[in-house]
Amino acid sequence: MADLSTNFVGIKSPNPFWLASAPPTDKEYNVVRAFKAGWGGVVWKTLGAEGPPIVNVNGPRYGAVWGADRRLMGLNNIELITDRPLEVNLREIKQVKRDWPDRAMVVSLMVPCDEDSWKAILKRVEETEADGVELNFGCPHGMSERGMGSAVGQVPEYIEMVTRWVKQHSRMPCIVKLTPNITDIRKPAEAAKRGGADAVSLINTISSITSVDLDSFSPEPSIDGKGAHGGYCGPAVKPIALNMVAEIARDPATAGLPISGIGGVTTWRDAAEFIALGAGTVQVCTAAMTYGFGIIKEMTAGLSLYLDDKGMTLDQLQGRAVPNVTDWQYLNLNYVTKARINQDLCIQCGRCYAACEDTSHQAISMSPERVFDVIDEECVACNLCVNVCPVQDCITMEQLPKGATDPRTGHEVGDYANWTTHPNNPMASAAE
Amino acid sequence: MSNSVTTPGIRHGRLPAELYASHFDDLYPVYDPHEAMVAADRCYFCHDAPCITACPTEIDIPLFIRQIQAGQPEAAARTIFDQNILGGTCARVCPTETLCEGACVREAAEGKPVEIGRLQRYATDALMARQGHPYARADSTGKRVAVVGAGPAGLACAHRLAMHGHEVTIHEAEAKPGGLNEYGIAAYKMAGGFAAREVEWLMGIGGITLETGKALGRDLSLDQLQAGFDAVFLGIGLGDVNRLDIPGENLDGVRDAVEFIAELRQTEDLSRLPIGRDVVVIGGGMTAVDAAVQSKLLGAEHVSMLYRRGREAMSASDHEIEHAATEGVTIITNATPVAIHGQGAVAEVEFAYTDGTGENFRLRADQVFKAIGQKLAGMDGLTMEGRKLAAQPAAGVWAGGDCTGGGEDLTVTAVAQGRDAAAEIHAYLTGNGG
Repeated sequence: MADLSTNFVGIKSPNPFWLASAPPTDKEYNVVRAFKAGWGGVVWKTLGAEGPPIVNVNGPRYGAVWGADRRLMGLNNIELITDRPLEVNLREIKQVKRDWPDRAMVVSLMVPCDEDSWKAILKRVEETEADGVELNFGCPHGMSERGMGSAVGQVPEYIEMVTRWVKQHSRMPCIVKLTPNITDIRKPAEAAKRGGADAVSLINTISSITSVDLDSFSPEPSIDGKGAHGGYCGPAVKPIALNMVAEIARDPATAGLPISGIGGVTTWRDAAEFIALGAGTVQVCTAAMTYGFGIIKEMTAGLSLYLDDKGMTLDQLQGRAVPNVTDWQYLNLNYVTKARINQDLCIQCGRCYAACEDTSHQAISMSPERVFDVIDEECVACNLCVNVCPVQDCITMEQLPKGATDPRTGHEVGDYANWTTHPNNPMASAAE
Repeated sequence: MSNSVTTPGIRHGRLPAELYASHFDDLYPVYDPHEAMVAADRCYFCHDAPCITACPTEIDIPLFIRQIQAGQPEAAARTIFDQNILGGTCARVCPTETLCEGACVREAAEGKPVEIGRLQRYATDALMARQGHPYARADSTGKRVAVVGAGPAGLACAHRLAMHGHEVTIHEAEAKPGGLNEYGIAAYKMAGGFAAREVEWLMGIGGITLETGKALGRDLSLDQLQAGFDAVFLGIGLGDVNRLDIPGENLDGVRDAVEFIAELRQTEDLSRLPIGRDVVVIGGGMTAVDAAVQSKLLGAEHVSMLYRRGREAMSASDHEIEHAATEGVTIITNATPVAIHGQGAVAEVEFAYTDGTGENFRLRADQVFKAIGQKLAGMDGLTMEGRKLAAQPAAGVWAGGDCTGGGEDLTVTAVAQGRDAAAEIHAYLTGNGG
């Protein structure tokens, strides 16, 4: 079994699977259950400043998007940071860390944007002997209206400023949690790095309305007929998260900045993808909230098995895909493929035909006997037929070898060439 | 004294009273909304879908399933009823495994088609549970059409004609409308008095008058109908049954399966319906299966179904035959009856193997059901095609359903023929083509 133990900015855990700062990590009771189940670490649910506890709504906190069999595809929440007294949380954090010294204990924080508030809370957290802090600059709902959460995360200067305070007033490793509700994720990441952050974690939730009740005309979740946007998470957000992680991992300004990957991690496979894009740990919430803590056994066993099959260590997997993430302009325009339909696997549903004929390039023919064939003269290799085909591997993309003529363009397939040197590009750098 | 499965002779009440209700309840229970969602999600929304082609009424199946997916079973039902006003019956009785579900690409892919029949039932039940009828009549045309036979063909024709604004009178020989839906199909396929409910719902469109107890050739003549109406539609079914023509056919305990099924369907308390201990059913079609299975469900100890040719030649579908076997019916093929033996009442049926062995064998029987096919009762002055009526057997007269050819005697085909005849009659009456 591959060794999954992880050292992330000095925070050690037996595996890279942490529970994200969220309801599952709000109490000693839950966290102990998680550690018993095998989770590598937790980011304790965000603590606020000393004072009267936070107040939550007393109606529904979650909205959801489901598949046909009620599979939870996306979850949205309007819950605020912890609503338990600060002292209770701190006492429990200290106790759990003492009882479970091998597990990562990171404490998420969100206090008003002034140095004294941060200084005060950091001192309290340090006393718990937690392993590190995560700065919640991500939550898009509720607290952002009070100038915290994503309201900070959307202003790189604030991120840098607060991060600097944290590093100045604490010896603890500092992870900055980023909001995806911005235009370019690299800017807040750079700001965190400038401020001295040890790592970034992303993504926090995405501003969202999950649905509208078509009888009451209230957004969901509905609180007495009204709804406020929540934060979206779960499987649906993973592609967005992967891209943002990759952007930070490959940007020269932030390359090498440790990343804790968050967003729709549901199985070991999702985790492996985040790690391949540069994440050092992953954080999980929705999957645990959907299925309970038992899923950790699939995740750890699955990642170990994958690494064993590949003959790789976890370190070797980390960042393995980063060099392959590039800009469009560098993609090989001489990589020419054509769709190929395996007639033995085809079940003749005709979805490829409808998709291509109605919405694409009229590159699939249909015979009266419902035999579907690719017309190479028309096929631009868009891959839509592959994506709509209900049978896995029935339609595949086949590469034309170098020297072959593409029947669509009449051009011979040549060596690697990209847009930067293409004759149609007015900005092309002269090849000669 | 009470009877049991082993009591010799033809006896009622062979089973504990509480078993009858469950034995004759829906064979396939109705989907609950979640099951329907999951089942509907399996549909691929095929291009030019094979299931539509396989449906004699050409229901846009992918569309109605998508409407279920989108949370509107009642809109789905409209899609169904637009093509097939007896979509409720067809959802229950169609041999879907040889029609839409047989053509489903998931059948080819994984041997497990989208359950189109059950989805159709889910949709049609939803709309039929609503108050009122979903279709409105066009302005009255003042034209009058006589429909003979209140079976699927006649009902489909009458409904479509009424929708076009014509006045329709249905003449039905039996006491109740519905035809084979009411009298001829296994009870567990039409549980809960569905046939009667469906007719009532269908008649809700208005403009249709039903006269029961009126048989063509007995209570009324074609001439009268032609004189009294602007057009006539004959959906008279097959009124006669084939005979075995072997010794002993007239012994007590030997009867036609259609008659037995009709009696069963009209029996309120099935614990009062007598059934043999050893039942022999002769035939290989749906009627044979329905008779055999229901004999078993009534508590017969041994039920055998015998067919003169091989299993592949049986007109009952594989699914039906498997159902019979599951219910405990013994299926014997390549055996033809040569004599029925007994003193006054049947005691044994003698069969000869038809596969060349020349061997005969006897089966103990206290009841024999003949299900060797039905035929058209004699009709004078009408154009025939083979042994059945032509689609337009006389001027101003149309025909459809089992009394005409081309439909393998399926309910769904009868509906299609009735509906299409209505279109032709409408064109004829309004001078548009035809």
